[in-house]
Formats: sequence, structure tokens, C-alpha cells
Amino acid sequence: MLRRLALSVPLMLATPALAMTEAVTTYTLDNGLDVVVIEDHRAPVVTQMLWYRVGSADEPQGASGVAHFLEHLMFKATENMEAGEFSATVAANGGSDNAFTSTDYTAYYQRVAADRLPLMMQMEADRMNNLRLTDEDIETERQVIVEERNQRVESNPGALAREQMTAAQYLNHPYGAPVIGWMHEIEGLGRDEVREVYETYYSPNDAILVVAGDVEPEEVLALAEEHYGPIPAEPELPERIRPQEPPQRAPRHLTYEDARVSQPYLSRGYLAPERDAGDQRAAAALTYLAEILGGSSFTSVLGEELVFERDIALHAGAGYEGKSLDDTTFSLSVVPKPGVTLDAAEAALDEVLAGFLDTGPSEEQMKRIRTKLRASEIYARDSVEGLARRYGAALSQGLTVEDVADWPEILQSVTADEVRDAARALFDPDRSVTLHVVPSREEALK
Amino acid sequence: MIRILSLTLALCATVAGTARAEVAIEIEEVTSPGGITAWLVEDHTIPFTALEIRFEGGTSLDEPDSLGAVNLMTGLLEEGAGEMEAREFQAAREDLGASFSFDVGSDTLSVSARMLTENRAAAVDLLREALVAPRFDPVAIERVRGQVQSILAQDAQNPRRLASRAFYEAAFGDHPYGRPDNGTPESVAALTRADLLAAHEAALTRENVHVGAVGDITPEELGALLDELLGDLPEEGPELPGHVEFGLAGGVEVIDYPTPQSVALFGQPGLEREDEDFFAAYILNHILGGGGFESRLMTELREKRGLTYGISTDLVPLENAEFWIGSVASANDRMATAIEVIRDEWARIAEEGVTQDELDAAQTYLTGEYPLRFDGNGQIAGILVGMQVTGLPQSYVTERNEFIEAVTLEEINRVAAERVDPEALHFVVVGRPEGLDGAQVLQAPRVILPEVVLPEAVPAAR
Repeated sequence: MLRRLALSVPLMLATPALAMTEAVTTYTLDNGLDVVVIEDHRAPVVTQMLWYRVGSADEPQGASGVAHFLEHLMFKATENMEAGEFSATVAANGGSDNAFTSTDYTAYYQRVAADRLPLMMQMEADRMNNLRLTDEDIETERQVIVEERNQRVESNPGALAREQMTAAQYLNHPYGAPVIGWMHEIEGLGRDEVREVYETYYSPNDAILVVAGDVEPEEVLALAEEHYGPIPAEPELPERIRPQEPPQRAPRHLTYEDARVSQPYLSRGYLAPERDAGDQRAAAALTYLAEILGGSSFTSVLGEELVFERDIALHAGAGYEGKSLDDTTFSLSVVPKPGVTLDAAEAALDEVLAGFLDTGPSEEQMKRIRTKLRASEIYARDSVEGLARRYGAALSQGLTVEDVADWPEILQSVTADEVRDAARALFDPDRSVTLHVVPSREEALK
Repeated sequence: MIRILSLTLALCATVAGTARAEVAIEIEEVTSPGGITAWLVEDHTIPFTALEIRFEGGTSLDEPDSLGAVNLMTGLLEEGAGEMEAREFQAAREDLGASFSFDVGSDTLSVSARMLTENRAAAVDLLREALVAPRFDPVAIERVRGQVQSILAQDAQNPRRLASRAFYEAAFGDHPYGRPDNGTPESVAALTRADLLAAHEAALTRENVHVGAVGDITPEELGALLDELLGDLPEEGPELPGHVEFGLAGGVEVIDYPTPQSVALFGQPGLEREDEDFFAAYILNHILGGGGFESRLMTELREKRGLTYGISTDLVPLENAEFWIGSVASANDRMATAIEVIRDEWARIAEEGVTQDELDAAQTYLTGEYPLRFDGNGQIAGILVGMQVTGLPQSYVTERNEFIEAVTLEEINRVAAERVDPEALHFVVVGRPEGLDGAQVLQAPRVILPEVVLPEAVPAAR
């Protein structure tokens, strides 16, 4: 199977490692900072990750991209360090560092020799409170971010199409805006907007520290107390309530036209429930549903039916990511073979879905996915950095350490009936967006 | 009989004033009863084994009249083998929780596998079928051919791919490196089952295979595995292609493409991996544009001027060619400035060299970063097999940092003066850049080379 397609199918994340197979220790400092320590003593390496519970969906209206903008500026000067000194110091200690922003979180990380952890903590704690924002840095960095958006989005028809689709999927929730921000709003962001996010959210009671690697929990906790402990909690941290979706009452159909598209395809999203603390079964069933419908190019329902039996598609897939603070999406995609119209491909997709809703999954399908998920838990233990990301993301998206630990067992216990019921609840056309991506609308109509 | 050569590697040299992790792995060379060798790091912490297999040759083995055959053949290895058609094969793999992936580049064909200890024998049987007895069913050939054609069509609309294709075609001409790895729409359309059988026979041979294994497996078990997995492959294949000079002279070419942001690749001749100045040049590249936020090019283009999201350079030693290559993306109205700054930096480092502080910082980073790569079975297996392909000894993992540390300021600045050549720097720009006067305007090439040797221009996320 050869594939390189810019589809709007989120990658299925492997499930977390088996409950407590890896040594995980948790703790909360008096100022509210959550600390998670994951031990892995195979190599003398440590990863520090600091996650803030603020992402693009927490931004004020009209200031899309400000969370990501701030993430860039966190590498500039603080009261104690020059612009660029943070990364330079990490490098001078033989490590690497970076950061990333999502809808629900902003995270910073360094990967270094284990005995460099104290210095990393000192610097990370410093920039939680002491950032110096200058207009000059903001202007230069805005140009960088404009180029980043050019590179990631404007130069990529698939990304532009996905942006339109996401905006149509959410009628009211801020998940509809792109994480990097709309270009016209990036151009309007200034020091006030950035400072507001920094002052409000960059506080210990809004953060999760994950330290993973060749470390002892007691030492990490002592270091965390020393470096992060003195930082006061933010008393006015707002409750994390975003505008929610109203009942969605109409299917949306979009056609995105871009001459740079060489391969027409269609994508469909449905609003879907996410993993909630103490309530993860529906999400577990949807995880199976995505795997069974489109997780394998060869043995999934869509793969078998559209690529093999009907022979009308080059590729068909499904995707679902249950980690999300608010309603997430379940996506389907079909890349038709040359000569097959998108309308015909969409009709075939709907037929296959209807057939599946009647029968539900077979025991053979359930067993195969159960095996795959169990194996992926074992393989996941090979990357302590991956585990660190898993815990950091989960904790910044409303889940607890217990939820993360319970998840593999919940997955192993999902039944075929639950998957069928989840599918019936999910595939409501009124909660869907269907996107056709074409080089030319006129051509597509022929 | 299984011969085991054991070599313990535990690095102890620590530089005063800096702290770094040390590579502490034990590599064993395992020779199977049938005479196939592999490098092994035993680690029984997690009940699985990571296996990395490389066959030298890759798409360089394409015959001129069947371009894309090795690529299409590689895509078909997982599409049915032995008694099983594609879906049966994949169902069997999924039922074992095993993962296999097959990839091919201009120098090597790669097989990566992860297998659970509890059913490793069955997983090995299955992988063996894919390597030794792929079916190349006509229906599977047509399916994967369609996928390849789709990729070729997408590549023809991708500025980065367009730049890459033009760059390699101009740099290497008729040598396999100058040809499209995936083939052309016409050549792929014309490939026959016989072409694929021939490509399989040529590209997967025992004389060209290297293996790295890491995880929950003993030397005896690995020895048996090697014979089972690879023992029935042909012993020898065709001669591999020879060396080729980097053929680009200084200049700027522009390929017109409607996009808001231009993409540029740039390069000049490089150094062989065996060159005595290689490590000096490697450090020099790190200081100039080695991908970190501290490189001169990142500082000048991104941090000071906001001209790009990312710029990086790489000193590439392919099997048969050596060159320096870099990439950058910048808005159409700013690309000319970006190129000017790159040229200035190229000239500055050639004329002035680097400072002792820069050299110290680079050496500390590079020696500190190296041990961090050895985290995880899959990562280590990849390093082990890469060393074998490059022809490095096992002792390299402990000696490598000493080579880095041995480079002096005088040496690196001599190499900068001798090897960095701003006059030789060649740019290929795809887009609608403004103000690049005198640039040669080219027609877009028809086909695109995969980005096998291209450095990624973008730092992960920031």
C-alpha cells in the first residue's frame, strides 16, 4: 500500500500503556501544579514537559492564534535570560527543546541528559513568570508566524480545505478556528492580547509538569518544589467553559476548489463525544468503530468494500481521536479512482455505512482490533516520550491519571453491540459536514 | 553453529565542565548457522523485538527502461505472499499484533518490523513470505500502480517536490540519483509483472543485506531467525552503481509555480564520509545551518529578520555522491532577500570561519545529543543497521564523540576556507519570487524525486 495524501483524517493514536505497567507517580504542589513522573531507566535521558491548560479554544474572540503566538514568544527574553538564551542553554547542555500548541493545550519540552534536569526546571520556571514582551520581538515573530502559516496552510490545498471543513463543523464552539489563527487576525495581534493570555493562564495552578525518563520520583518532586513551588497560584484563573454547540440541524456540504489539487477526494466529519473523566466507554466504542471502518487499508470495512470489492477507490479511511476537552469529530475519507466521481464515491460510502449499521461488527473484527490495541500498548512502552505526551495531553484535556490508566482495560472490554450502538448514535447526517476537494468545480460537475 | 562476537561499549570520557549522557549499550555480532550476520542489542525489558533490515541498492537498481520498478515492487511486498492474497496476508499480520513496513530510497530498501515475543515465530514466518515469496498478483499490481500514479500526480503539484526533482536532475544527470525514484507516469504505466519479478530478484539479496535487532531475543534465537527470514533469498544481485560528482555550478534557477510562498533548495559540493575533514565539516554545517535554533542561518533569517519559519542545511554523504544541501521557504516578495542573506552567510563563514565559542557550543551539543538518540528498541535497531550500511565499526558508538571533540578551531576554519564556496552555491526556487534578477527561468520538470535525502526545513513545532 503506497499512500501520501493530505487527508483530514486525524491519526489514530496508539492507546496508553497497560495500566501501571510503566511506573507513574503523581503529586500536586500547594500552588496547584500537577506533577507526573514516569520512570524509564533504560537510557540516561530525561524529558521535561510543561503543559498549560490553554489552547486556541480558550482564546478571546477575534484573537485567533494568540495562544500559538505566545508559544513562539516564550523563547524570547525573560527578566533573567536574553532572547534565544533558553534554547541556546539547552543546546549547550547537549539537549533539544521545542514547544507545540493545540486547541486545548500549549506545551514546552526539553530532552537532555538526566543530570541536567535541575537547570531545565530552573529555566522553565523562570519563563512561567518572568517573560519580557517587547514590541520589536512581537513584530519579528509575527513575520515568522505568517511564514509558518504560509508554509503549513496557504501552500497546502489539503490544509486549506481542512480549515474550511472544521469551521463548518462547529457552529458555535471555538474549535472551529484554526490553532495557528486566521491570517487577518494574526496580523492584528499585539502585546496586549499576548500579555493577557500569559498573565492569566501561565500559572502553576493551570499547568501540568510531566517528567519522564531516568529519574527517581522523590528527586523530581523535590526539584519541582524548589523551582516551581515558589511561584504563586493565579487566584483569578477562569473556569474553563467554552461556548458549546447548539443542536446541529442541517447537514453541511462544501466543495473546495484549488487548481493545485491533483487528486480529488472527499472527507466527512461527524460531531462525536470525547473521552470524559470517569466516562470513557462511548469513546472506547468509537475508537473501535474507527479501526473497524477504516483503520486498515486491507481489512477494514471501507477498505474491503470500496478498495477491494467495488474497486472504486484508491484509499478509504476513518479516524477518531477521543482526547479532547469538548465535542470532538469522527472522520471518514475516500479517494476515488480516476474516472469515479466524488458523488458516486459518496453514494457508495453511504451504502456501506448503512449496511454496517444494520449488521454491526463481526466478532472476528472485534478480536482483531482488540489484539491490535493490546499490541500497541506493548510497543508504546518503547517510547517514554510518547508516554509523557499521552499523560500531558490527557491531563490538560480534562482526564485524570486514573482515566489514562483505566483506558487500556476499557478498550479490551468493548463489545460488538456497543460499537454498533455507538455507530447508530454517531451517524446523524444533521451533525455532519461533507467536503469535496477538487481542482475545478466545473470539471467536477461533468 | 552460532558465532557470537561480543563487544562491550560503555563510554566513560566526560568533558570537564559539561555533563552528558553516555552510550551504554552492548552490541553483539551474531552470525547465523547459514552465515548471515546481524548486530544485536539484547534488552528483555519489554516483550517485543524491533528488527531493522536494509538492502543496499534501492531504486538505484532500476533499469533505465523500467523506472519506478523497485518502488512499485516494494509497495507490493505487503500485498500478498505465499498462499495468501493481500487481505489474507494483512489479516494474518494484524491477528499477530505485528507491524511490518517497507520503504525504499535511492540507496537502500528498508524493512522495519516489530514482533511480540509471544508469537514471534509466526510473525517471522509471515515476514519471510513477504520477503521471499511475494505474489505480485495482477490485481494487486494494478491497485498499487494506481496509488503510485496518484502520488506522482500530487508530486507534480508540490513546490517542494518540484524543487527537489529539478535539483537532483540537474546535479546528477543520467546517474540513478538524477532519475525519478518513483518513475514517471509513463514508465510506471508500462511496468510489467516481469519487471517487478526482476526488481525483486535484484533488490533483495543476501550479499547486500544488513540487520539490526534490539529487544527481547537471545543471540541463538536471532541466529535461527536470520536463516528462516533471509536464507532463501538469492545470494547475489547486479552490480551497484558507482560514484558520481555533484554537477551543479553556482547560480539561481526559478521554476514558475503559482503559490504565495516560494520554496528554495540550495547546495554545493560536499565531502565523502571517509574524508579526513568530514567531522570538521559536519560541525561547520551544524554552526551554519544544522537545524537548531542557534544556527547562523536560523538566527539571521528567522530570529533577526522573520524571513522564514525554518531554514536548515545538511551535509549529505550518499553512498555515491556528496553534497551540501539546504532548504528554505519564504513569501514571494521576500525570497530574494532570503537568498541574499544565505549567500552572505555562506561567504562570511568561508572568509572568517567560526569562533572558538561557536565551536565549543557545537561540540557540546553534538556530543551531548548523540547518546540521546539511543532511546528505545526501534531507535537503536535503526542506528545499528545504519552503521553497517555506512561501513562503520561497532566501536564507532563510543569513538564518535572523540572524533567530534578532536576537531580544533584551526582545523574547522581551514575546512571552512577550503570547502565552503559561495560562488558554487546553486539555488532552485519554485514559486513566483520577486526581484530575482538574472535568474534562469525553467519549465517545471515532468516528474519528481522522492525526498529521500532532503533535510526537513521545519523545526518540529515552534
